[in-house]
Amino acid sequence: MQITVKVNGADRSADVEPRLLLAHLIREEFGLTGTHVGCDTTSCGACTVLLDGQPVKSCTMFGVQADGREVTTVEGLLQDGQLHPIQAAFKQEHGLQCGFCTPGMMLTGSALLADNPSPTDDEVRWAISGNICRCTGYMNIVKAIQAAGRDTAAKASEGAEASVGS
Amino acid sequence: MLPSRFEYHRPDSLEEALQLLSQHGDEAKVLAGGQSLIPVMKLRLATPAHLVDIGRLGLEAISESDGRLTVGALARHRDLERSDVLKARYPVMAAAAPLISDPIVRNLGTIGGSLCHADPAGDWGSVMLALDASVVLRSARGEREVAMPEFLVDTFTTALEPDEILTEVRIPQAAGPSGGTYLKLERKVGDFATVAAAVHLSLSNGTIERAGIALTAVGPKNLRPTDAEASLAGAEPTEAAFAEAGRLAAEASSPVSDLRGSIDYKRHVVDVYVRRGLATALEMARAA
Repeated sequence: MQITVKVNGADRSADVEPRLLLAHLIREEFGLTGTHVGCDTTSCGACTVLLDGQPVKSCTMFGVQADGREVTTVEGLLQDGQLHPIQAAFKQEHGLQCGFCTPGMMLTGSALLADNPSPTDDEVRWAISGNICRCTGYMNIVKAIQAAGRDTAAKASEGAEASVGS
Repeated sequence: MLPSRFEYHRPDSLEEALQLLSQHGDEAKVLAGGQSLIPVMKLRLATPAHLVDIGRLGLEAISESDGRLTVGALARHRDLERSDVLKARYPVMAAAAPLISDPIVRNLGTIGGSLCHADPAGDWGSVMLALDASVVLRSARGEREVAMPEFLVDTFTTALEPDEILTEVRIPQAAGPSGGTYLKLERKVGDFATVAAAVHLSLSNGTIERAGIALTAVGPKNLRPTDAEASLAGAEPTEAAFAEAGRLAAEASSPVSDLRGSIDYKRHVVDVYVRRGLATALEMARAA
């Protein structure tokens, strides 16, 4: 079946079997291997991508269901060659060790911040409760997501001041 | 894991979807949010030759009129979790929604899909039993409304015919002051319930008018402990009455011993959750 998916802002087309999972469409057809397949049973969240801005587990969706829709993978976080605030914060706060869960964590975190730019500890933990990390104990992941929210807010107010000044 | 091959259909209207189902019968499965169906297809426990994707047919409105709440089959758990109507007037649903699986699964999973999957460890089945809800089933032959106790037939088995689609859920609004909650014991977020209980209570002049109780993961399907409900109807809402209802509910449950707990443990949790749920429901009803 011929499908077209907007992946990280660009239309990508592929001729796929309907049973091909979205995770495999992204990795094998589109060559974006930042989306990891962990448990393959809807439990771990390593394969999380954003579908029209909402986190979904790409191992539990068929590629054909994404036809005509927008998918954001970890590769799409980079903006004009610059790290997205959430990527910069994960680096700064040591929000990762082995890195396997990190793409999913960052995408879930970015969707949370789009909704709620200054989440509490509990709100972050609630939002990432479908993403499993086996290294960090979550402490620095929570810190990184909160830091990314603060950085985004600080940049927005700097921008507002700059435009007032000009 | 790769499901077996199937032909994928994405109809543009409900009528077209119903045509496809009447054409393919039990060779076809309906795909809504896919959060139960795709996992069972990956395990090849289901190998449908045709998938009819109804995911883009709308059918997701949550609205209140004529003394009842109507929820479209494709309302996502996430929509229900965030609904102000549910928070204000349907506390059992509002309590259950955020406890279903995990936040990411709730972005795709639907109430209709969950009910049709009829997993005895599923949450919405118990909620709808306790609330005396019914479901609307459409086919090319027509439409029928089926009450929850008749809809939930057995483990993974409902009254749905192969050519039917569940289009909406109807939940009556309680007449008098009412309250309720959903209590769920799970080992971790995303796990199936070890035990859960849905409890609804409505009062009339201070006595219990109707108690709706249903249990999750302690029988072959979502169970309604009718003796416990009957013991409360017309009774004074006392601690002793709630204790008796808890005891009767535990007796009516038939859990199995597994990695989540022993039979005695699960029965004990049923007893505690029913009593605790009733006390919470009463508090809410009195404050209403």
